[in-house]
Amino acid sequence: MTLRANMVAAIETAGLWRSFGSVEAVRGVDLSVGAGEVFGLLGPDGAGKSTLIRMLATVLAPDAGSARVFGESVTRAAHRVIPRIGYMSQRFSMYPDLTVAENLDFFGTLRGVGASDRAARSSALLESMGMSAFASRQAQFLSGGMKQKLMLAATLMHEPDLLLLDEPTTGVDPVSRREFWRIIADLHTRGKTVLVATPYMDEAERCTRVAFMDEGAIRETGTPEQVKARVPGTLFEIATSDPRRALMELGGLPGIASAHLQGELVRVLAQLDGPDAAALEAALQGSNLAGSSVRTAVIDMEAAFAFLAETGTREHGHRTPPTPEANPEGERR
Amino acid sequence: MGQAATVGDAATPRERVSSAPSSDMAISVRGLTKRFGTFTAVDAIDFDVRRGEVFGFLGPNGAGKTTAIRMLTGTIAPTAGSALVLGDDVIAKPEKVKRRIGYMSQKFALFEDMTVDENLRFYAGVYDVSGAEFAARRRYILRMADLEGREDELTANLSVGWKQRLALGAATIHEPELLFLDEPTSGVDPVARRHFWDLLYDLADDGVTLFVTTHYMDEANHCHRLGFMYAGRLIAQGSPTEVRAAYAPDGATAGTLPSIEDVFVHLVTAHRDRQEDGA
Ligand SMILES: Nc1ncnc2c1ncn2[C@@H]1O[C@H](COP(=O)(O)OP(=O)(O)OP(=O)(O)O)[C@@H](O)[C@H]1O
Ligand SMILES: [Mg+2]
Repeated sequence: MTLRANMVAAIETAGLWRSFGSVEAVRGVDLSVGAGEVFGLLGPDGAGKSTLIRMLATVLAPDAGSARVFGESVTRAAHRVIPRIGYMSQRFSMYPDLTVAENLDFFGTLRGVGASDRAARSSALLESMGMSAFASRQAQFLSGGMKQKLMLAATLMHEPDLLLLDEPTTGVDPVSRREFWRIIADLHTRGKTVLVATPYMDEAERCTRVAFMDEGAIRETGTPEQVKARVPGTLFEIATSDPRRALMELGGLPGIASAHLQGELVRVLAQLDGPDAAALEAALQGSNLAGSSVRTAVIDMEAAFAFLAETGTREHGHRTPPTPEANPEGERR
Repeated sequence: MGQAATVGDAATPRERVSSAPSSDMAISVRGLTKRFGTFTAVDAIDFDVRRGEVFGFLGPNGAGKTTAIRMLTGTIAPTAGSALVLGDDVIAKPEKVKRRIGYMSQKFALFEDMTVDENLRFYAGVYDVSGAEFAARRRYILRMADLEGREDELTANLSVGWKQRLALGAATIHEPELLFLDEPTSGVDPVARRHFWDLLYDLADDGVTLFVTTHYMDEANHCHRLGFMYAGRLIAQGSPTEVRAAYAPDGATAGTLPSIEDVFVHLVTAHRDRQEDGA
C-alpha cells in the first residue's frame, strides 16, 4: 500500500472473482471506493452486484483476487472488517415473531449499541421512516415495504464506518425513499462510507460516484456527471398524441441507439451521425403524427443506463480467471 | 399547491361512483373494509375499474394496497362491504372468481427447483388448461417470455427479468380477463422494467383489464386511471392528467403540471399533517 494511513480506501478490490458452478458471477473486479463516498453500484439484474457486495461483507469467499475494507483483508482479517461494516441483504432477515421495536433492540444489542442509545436510535429511525405507530406490531404482519424499512432501520442501528446496502429501497414508497436518502446524506456529512446497489436512477444521481456492472465486470466508473457525459449522441424528448405508435415509428429509424417511453413522452437517443430534431419531426409527420413536438433533452442517468445496458459487453471478449501465481495476494478459500 | 378536490378527495363526492355496484365493470367495490383485530387496514373504499382499463393502485407502504388485492382475489374475506369482480360476488363465490382472474406478485410464485416447462405445466394443471389449448398457450408464453429453447432450464438459474416474464406467463396461462399485479417490477432494473411494461401493453391491447400496484411513479403514467390509498382509505382517483391537474398550483398550464411523484408526495404529507393536527 502506497497510500498514507489517513487515506486508506474504504474498499479496494483487485481481480476479484467468484463463480457458482458454471456461472461466473463476478469476473475480475477492480474497484476502489474512497472513505466518505456514497458509491452507487448499477447494472442489469444478474450483473453480479449482490455477489460482489456479499464478498465485501465477508459472508462469501472469493475464488480469486483480493478485497480490502479500510485496508483489512475480507478473508484473512474478517474479524477486523466485521465491526466496521453494516450489511443489508435483499432477503428479509428479521425475527417474524418479534415486534418491530424488539427486532431493532435485538440487532442493536448484537452490534454492541448501549441500552439508552438503542432506545433513542430506534425511535428516531422509526419516526423518520413513518413507522412509529407500528413499533409494537410483529414483523410478520408488516406490509412488504414496511419490512424493507425495518431491515434498513436495523442496519442503521449501529453507525458503521461502511454501509453495504443491496437494493435497500426495493418496494419502498417515494416519500420514504426521500427520507431514507436524507439519512444517507446525514451519514455522508459525518464521514461515513456507503456502497449502495440500486435499480433507481434518481438514487444513482445522488451518489458521489457510480459504477456500472454487467456480466460480472465493471464497465464504467465515474461521477454521475462523467458517466452521463460519456454517452455519445443526442437525447430527444417527443410529446405526441400517440406515444406508443410514435415509439414504434421512431425506434425503427436508422441511427437510433435506443427509444422508449418515459411517462407520456417518447425518448429517443440518436447516434452521433443519427437523425436530428428536424428529421425526427419529418418522420413523425410522415406517419400521420403531425403536431408532435421534438426537443433535445439533457442526458440523465436513466438514459445513460439504457445506453450502457443496451450496448452490451460482448465486445469486451472472454476473460479468464487469474491463476494463483498471477495473484500475489493469493487470497483463496 | 392548493387543496384541489375535483378528483375524489375523501371529503368530496366522487364522480362516476353510483350507489349500486355495476356488473359491466371489471371491478366494482363498495364499502370494502378489512380489520385485523382493532387495526383497520382497508377502510370502506369505493371504486370501479372499467373493463379493458389499466388501473394503477398507488400509496405509501402499509396503505392497504396488498390487503385490498387479497380481498379482490378471494384470498381473504373482507370484514365488511361488497366487491364484484368480473360481475361475480367475490365474497360469495371466491373460487369462481379465482379461476377467472390472474394474479402476480413481487414474490413470483414460481417453483425454483422445477424447470421452465414444469412451472408452466403446474399452472396449467391448476387452471385446467390442457391438450391443444395448453400447447398453444405454452408456445405463446415461451415466445412472449423470450424463453424458447430454455424450456428445460431450472427456474432457479434464470435471472430476474426472465423469471418475471415466466411468472407473467404462469399467471396468464388460462387467458384471464383481469390480471392483478402487485409490484410486479419491484427490484427489476430500468431496462427490464420497460420491456415488462411492453408486455403489459400487449395484454391491455388484447382487452385484458390490469390492476397494478407500483412504487415507480414513471409507471403510474402508463395507467389509464389511478387510485391513491392512504392509511386504508382511497383519497384520490382519476387519470394521470386529471390527478396532476387537480393538485397543480393556480395558473399551471399543460406543460407545467406537477409530476405524479410530486402529487404523491403532496398527498402523503398533506394527509399526514392533517392526521397529526387532528390527533
Ligand atoms: N395479517 C395481518 N395482521 C395484522 N396486520 C396486518 C396483516 N396484514 C396486513 N396488516 C397491516 O395492514 C396494513 C396494510 O398492509 P398492506 O400489505 O395492505 O400494505 P400495502 O399498501 O400493500 O404496503 P406496501 O406498499 O408496503 O406493499 C399494514 O399496516 C400491515 O401491517
Ligand atoms: Mg403491498
